[in-house]
Amino acid sequence: MYRRRDPISDSIMIWFCDRRIEAAADDSVAAALLAASISCFGRTAVSGAPRAPFCMIGNCFDCLVEIDGETNLQACLVTVREGMRIRPHPGNGFGDDGEKGEA
Amino acid sequence: MNHLDIAVIGGGLLGSAFAYGLSTDGGRVGLIDEGDHAIRTARGNFGLVWVQGKGLGMPDYARWSLRSAYAWTPFSEELQAQTGTLVEYHRPGGFYVSIDDTEFADNVARLKQLRDEAGDEGYDYEVVERAALCEQLPGIGPDVPGATYCPHDGHANPLKLLRALQEAFRLNGGTYTPSSRVTTIRPVNGGGFEILCEGGREFGCEKLVIAAGHGSAELGKSLGMEIPIFPVQGQVVVTERAQMTMTYPTNYVRQTDDGNYLLGPSARDVGFNDETETTTLRDITRRCTTAFPHLRQLRIQRTWAALRIMTPDGFPVYLQSEAYPEAFSFSCHSGVTLAAVHATDVSRWVLDGHIPSQYRCFHPERFDVPA
Repeated sequence: MYRRRDPISDSIMIWFCDRRIEAAADDSVAAALLAASISCFGRTAVSGAPRAPFCMIGNCFDCLVEIDGETNLQACLVTVREGMRIRPHPGNGFGDDGEKGEA
Repeated sequence: MNHLDIAVIGGGLLGSAFAYGLSTDGGRVGLIDEGDHAIRTARGNFGLVWVQGKGLGMPDYARWSLRSAYAWTPFSEELQAQTGTLVEYHRPGGFYVSIDDTEFADNVARLKQLRDEAGDEGYDYEVVERAALCEQLPGIGPDVPGATYCPHDGHANPLKLLRALQEAFRLNGGTYTPSSRVTTIRPVNGGGFEILCEGGREFGCEKLVIAAGHGSAELGKSLGMEIPIFPVQGQVVVTERAQMTMTYPTNYVRQTDDGNYLLGPSARDVGFNDETETTTLRDITRRCTTAFPHLRQLRIQRTWAALRIMTPDGFPVYLQSEAYPEAFSFSCHSGVTLAAVHATDVSRWVLDGHIPSQYRCFHPERFDVPA
C-alpha cells in the first residue's frame, strides 16, 4: 500500500501482535505499521468496522492502538522504540477487561 | 452582479435551513456565507432536538419547539431521501437527570409550572424516581435521585444536518457562495436590495433573509431592524468511542451513533471568547460522571467551545423589516431543534411575504419597556 521514500538507515525492530516489523528509528508507530502494509489498526466500538490512520496528525483518532499494554494511544503521535509491542485497539471503549468486554 | 429572487445571508444551521426550505419553491435562491474565520456556532452544537424545560414564561415557545419536534421525523426522512445523508435523528424521548434532591425538586416544579402555563397544549412529561430510572438508564450514579422524561425529546448529528441541508439546497438548484462576508446591504429604489461582499462579490435580490448569527445585529441595523442578541459560550467534551450503552439522550450527556459520548454543554458569559478552559471542563466532567460514573473509564478525545446566539429572554427573535418588508431576520440558539420548522413554516412565511400574527410573540418589541 505504501512505499518508503528513503531506505531505512537506522533500523529497529517492533512487534505488531506476533509479527516482527522493521522500522526506522524516527518512524511514528502509524508510519511503521503502514509501511509494513498493516491496514487494520483496530475496530470501531459500535459496528466493528476496521480502522486505519486517516489524518496522521493527531486529529482523527482512527489510528488508536495498544502499545506495551497501554490502550487507546494514537499511533501517529508515538515514535517507535526497539522491542515495542503493539496490538490492535480493543475498540469497546472500556479496555480488554472492561465490564463491556469485546465479544 | 448575480441576480437572485431570494438571498439568504449566513450558512449556519438557520441560514441553511431557510435556503433549503426556500429552494423548494423553484425560485433562484442564493446562500451567501463567510469563510473559515467566521464565528461558526453551527460547528459547535451539542445536537439535542429538545423540548423539555423550554418555554417558561412563553408557552408559545414551548409549542413552537414541540411543533418542530413533531416535524423532525418527516424532515429528516426527506433530507435522507434527497441527499442520502443520514442525520442520525432518534426520538426515544429524553431524560433530564438531576444529581441532587434540590435540583430534582426544582426541575419537577419547573415542568409543572410549564404545563400549568401551557394548559392542554403543553407537552407531556413523566417524573421518574430513582428505582424506575435504574431500569431505563443503566449505570446512573448512586447520588442521582431521579429524572424527568419527555417523550418528544431526541437528538441528531448537527454536522451531518448542516451538510445535508446545504446539499439538498444545491440539489434544488440553489447556489452557495462561501468566503463572502457581507459588508453592505443597500435597499434599491423600486424594491429589492444590493448586497456587497468582502472580496468584491455583489448580488442583487428581491427578498432578503438575514440569518448571519452574531453578524445579524450589524446587518439588520442597515435596514432599520434592531436585533438584540449576544454570545453565550458553551463548552463540549467528547470521549472516545464506546459500545452503545445509552439508549436515551439526556440534558447533558448523549451517545452518538458512532459511540462517542458528548458531555456538556456549559453556559458562560465571556463575550466573543471561544476558548475552552479547565475549570469549566472540570465542572462538566464532574457533573456528567456523577450522573454516569462509568464514563470515568473513557478517555477524552476532544473539547471545544462555541458561541450561542442568545436573546435577553432566551426565546427566538423573528423579525420582518417595517421599512423594507421584503427583508427578514431570524435569530435563535436552538438551530438544531428548530431546523424542521425553519425549513418549512418559516420559509413559507418568507415566500408569503409576512410573519403570521400568531408568531408576533417572537418579535423583539417584547423587550421594549414603556418609559
